[in-house]
Amino acid sequence: MKIEVLFFGQLTDITGSSKLVIDYVDTTDNLKKIILEKFPALSSLKFAIAVNKQMVTDNISIEKNSSIAFMPPFSGG
Amino acid sequence: MLNEFGIEAQEKLSNAKVLVIGAGGLGCPILQYLVAAGVGQIGIADDDVVSYSNLNRQILFGQQDVGRFKVDIAKEKLLLMNDTIDIKTWKLRFSQKDCINHFKDYDIIVDATDNFASRYLINDACVLFGKPLVFGAVSKFEGQVAVFNVPINEKEKTVNYRDLFPVPPNNNEVLNCSEAGVLGVLPGMIGVLQATEVIKLITGIGKPLTNRILTYNALNQEFFTMYLTPNPEVSNYIPASVEAFENTDYEWLCNYSPTNVIEIEFEQWLEIRENTILVDVRELIEKPRLDFYSHLSIPLATLRSNLDDLLDKEIVFVCQSGKRSLKAVLLYLSVMPNAKAYSLKGGVNELVKKKLI
Repeated sequence: MKIEVLFFGQLTDITGSSKLVIDYVDTTDNLKKIILEKFPALSSLKFAIAVNKQMVTDNISIEKNSSIAFMPPFSGG
Repeated sequence: MLNEFGIEAQEKLSNAKVLVIGAGGLGCPILQYLVAAGVGQIGIADDDVVSYSNLNRQILFGQQDVGRFKVDIAKEKLLLMNDTIDIKTWKLRFSQKDCINHFKDYDIIVDATDNFASRYLINDACVLFGKPLVFGAVSKFEGQVAVFNVPINEKEKTVNYRDLFPVPPNNNEVLNCSEAGVLGVLPGMIGVLQATEVIKLITGIGKPLTNRILTYNALNQEFFTMYLTPNPEVSNYIPASVEAFENTDYEWLCNYSPTNVIEIEFEQWLEIRENTILVDVRELIEKPRLDFYSHLSIPLATLRSNLDDLLDKEIVFVCQSGKRSLKAVLLYLSVMPNAKAYSLKGGVNELVKKKLI
C-alpha cells in the first residue's frame, strides 16, 4: 500500500523531486518523522501540510491512497 | 457583453477601491488589469525606483524609466490606459502607520510585495481592520495565490495567512527574486490570477479563492489548490489591538536583513578601526576569542539592555559566522536610527580562515 507525498517551492531543492511515492504511513506525525529522516535539511524550514488538499494542523490518521502535500511559504514579488 | 457580467458588475468595479501594495513583478500586471477592468479608485505603494534587472518582469517599465520611482511611472502609464481611474500613490514602504491611516479608504487590499516582513504586516493589518486580502507570491518557477480574511457565511470562520504559516521563516531560509532569479512570465501569471480574484470579489462572479491557496508551477503548467482551516495557534501571533500592532517589529520578527545593513570585510574594518568599537556578540564560551583586538563582549541576548555603553559610537559587530552580527546591527539601528553600525562579513570564521587570529 502506497501514499504519494508532494513537495512544492524550495523544498524540491532538498528533496530533488516534487513527488515521492512511499510505503503507507498511518499518521501525519509519523510521515513527518520519516520525511525528515530522509531529508534532514527540511527540519530547518517552515511548511504547511495538506492531506488530500485539505490543510491539517494536528496529527491525523492517513487513509490509504492519500496524497500529502508539503507546502512552504513563498515571498517573491 | 458577457451574460454573467453586465452593467451592474461594471458599476461595482467603478465604485470599488483597491489598494495595491507593491509595484514590482506582481504589482505591474495587477495594476494593468485592474485599470483595464475599470476599478474606480486605486492606491499604489512602492518605495523603489526602476532598475535594469526589473525589466524582465515589471512590464509597466521600460529602459528609459530606469532610476525613476515605480509609482510615478505606473501612474503615468495607467492613466494613459484609462484616465477615468482615480490613482493615489505613495513612495514608501507601507508601515503600520500607513495601514492605520489608509486601509479604511479601501475595500480590498492586494499584497504584491516581495518580503515576509511586509506580508505579515499587511496580513495582520487586514485582520485587525477587517479587510479582504488578495495574496500572491512567487518562488523561482512557482507561485501562490490566495484570498484571505473574507467571511464566507455565518458558520465558517475566515482564514488569514497566519493560519497557513503562523510564523515567518528565518531570513536565510528563503531567497528573494533578485537572489534566486525568476522567470519573468511567472509573476505575470500570478499577478493576473490576483487581479482575477479582485474582480471576482468586487463583482460577485465565480468562486473566489477564499480560504484556499492555489499553487501554480510554470514548468509543468500544473495547478494545485488546497483548502485552508483556521489554525488555533494563530491567536497568539496576531496583534489584537492597534497599539499592539504598532509596537510589533515586523523586520525584527522576520530576522530581516535589509540591503542597507552594511557588511564589511576585515580589511575594511582595519581602515576605520580607530573610530569604531568592535563588539563581539557571541556567547562568552564561544572560541576563539578576539583577545588580539580591543573589543567589547556583549552576547546578542543581552545587547538590548547594554546599549547604553554603545550610544552614539560607530560600531562593528562580529559573531561566529556573520549572521548574528547582522541582527545586532538591526537591533542597534532600531534604537539608534541615525547611528553607523556594520556587520563583520563572515564573522570569526572568516578571520580564522584568513589566519588573522
